[in-house]
Amino acid sequence: MSVKQISVFLENKKGRLAELTDTLEREGINMRALSLADTADFGVLRIIVDDVDRCLAVLRAAGFVAQVTEVVAIEVEDKPGGLHRILQVLDAAAINVEYLYAYVEKRKAAAVVICKVDDRGKAGDALKKAGIATISRDALKNL
Amino acid sequence: MIWDTDHETLPRTELARLQGERLCRLVDVLYRRVPFYQRKMDELGVKPLDIRGIEDIGRLPLTTKDEMREVYPFGLLAVDLKEIVEIHTSSGTTGKPVVDAYTAGDIDIWSEVMARTLATGGTARHDIVQNAFGYGLFTGGLGVHYGAHRIGATVIPISGGNTKRQLAVLQDFRSSVLTCTPSYSLYLAEAAREEGVDLSKTSLKAGFFGAEPWSETMRKEIEAKLHLLAIDIYGLTEIIGPGVASECERQDGLHVFEDHFYPEIIDPATGRSLPDGEKGELVITTLTKSGTPVLRYRTRDITYLDRRPCACGRTSARMHRVLGRTDDMLIIRGVNVFPSQIEEVILAVEGVEPHYQLVVERRDQLDELEVQVEMNERLFSDEVRNLERTERRMEEQLYGTLNIHTRVKLVEPKSIARSEGKAKRIIDKRQL
Repeated sequence: MSVKQISVFLENKKGRLAELTDTLEREGINMRALSLADTADFGVLRIIVDDVDRCLAVLRAAGFVAQVTEVVAIEVEDKPGGLHRILQVLDAAAINVEYLYAYVEKRKAAAVVICKVDDRGKAGDALKKAGIATISRDALKNL
Repeated sequence: MIWDTDHETLPRTELARLQGERLCRLVDVLYRRVPFYQRKMDELGVKPLDIRGIEDIGRLPLTTKDEMREVYPFGLLAVDLKEIVEIHTSSGTTGKPVVDAYTAGDIDIWSEVMARTLATGGTARHDIVQNAFGYGLFTGGLGVHYGAHRIGATVIPISGGNTKRQLAVLQDFRSSVLTCTPSYSLYLAEAAREEGVDLSKTSLKAGFFGAEPWSETMRKEIEAKLHLLAIDIYGLTEIIGPGVASECERQDGLHVFEDHFYPEIIDPATGRSLPDGEKGELVITTLTKSGTPVLRYRTRDITYLDRRPCACGRTSARMHRVLGRTDDMLIIRGVNVFPSQIEEVILAVEGVEPHYQLVVERRDQLDELEVQVEMNERLFSDEVRNLERTERRMEEQLYGTLNIHTRVKLVEPKSIARSEGKAKRIIDKRQL
């Protein structure tokens, strides 16, 4: 039920993000989803890719500080209230959401929300009980 | 104005005789009462009777700050502790500062030399001294305070900070003399401009600035903006605090009060004495203090001496304004900071590697120190707030050690230049 996300440290310097996307392009790595959190000094880029291990190796070789974070990928109905329902379920189970970002699926009329929670196991159970589908890392590849 | 014409205009031959008498007495006391100095003199094989006059001072051992720190707190005391009426310390490095313990007699000397200092800029009984040097263990505040009292002037012990109040006091109490760090005076000037306070209309006539290096250019700026005579003063806690030397109205070198503090210049690498006019490390001996006297203290300040007569009438040697340091010490907003202190603090944080850099800038007249620390795998966290917490935690610990606020910035790995020899850790962008 967990999906591996890669987090990368980016100093808030001109062109730094472009350096990273250049590296990924050269290595033929495709990003499925991404989110960029920033402060005045630096940003943390979070990306979902198909081959996590290769991407990590490539980024590290290029001098980036990157690590893997386990996150939850949840299928959301692509209509108003879709996300709200998920958050209600997590709230009721007293699960804290650290951050989340979303992208739209190509093949279904659904969206995927990538979510970092404080307790993945509890989150998975709560969502399952509510009939909300979470996506495994293999399933993610086929979306 | 000369405060003590007898001593400040003493013919040099008589001055030398006076210094010689005082040195002989000092060496005798130190040998008998301070084991630290007995040991050092024995190591060199020199006895008190070997010192006959001031010209023999070169036979005596030098004293370093590290040695003084090793005998913290009272290893340099030459009298019983109950004779001590006041204690000050230098800003501590690795937790062990240098202690300056004053007897009543020492406070009297301090008052005298500070009166001499304030008198150079014409301070007299009718003057109102706004003392914005910090009060506390730091010697700046109380030093000026005692000097002002000795002259009989009115001192306002406002200490540092609270700029709004400084400006109010300046105008309401009609302060005529200002004492603070040179950078703070410009900060005050800028605040005055922002508040619409016309500094040409205040009662200020003179300012005494020290505790950090400053240039001629900066002096011109201070004098233009604050409409006063800006005098450079010099001192250090290990000797007495402020009151070791002061410019006269000619602003051409600082007169060392050498009947109390004997100056020498040495080659920092060899310890050899250098002649007047040659740049080297300033070494000072306290000829008259009784609490914690010091023999040939290596200040690590670089300057040169000039014993030719000054047009002001004082016969004392002049030192050029400090030209630099023999070590890597920085002065940030008047506070001494050693990169090694910073290194110790940040390396104690879990995950930090020794790839860091200090960037010093002066923004809005105030010094700012930014500590750039390279990111690495161990230090990294997926959550922004953890990274920010790491930065804040380092800033707190640095404040606890240095007593100044710094900014910690996490930067890209490998963005800080590696070097083969000693890493160039400091980028000082200030143009003093």
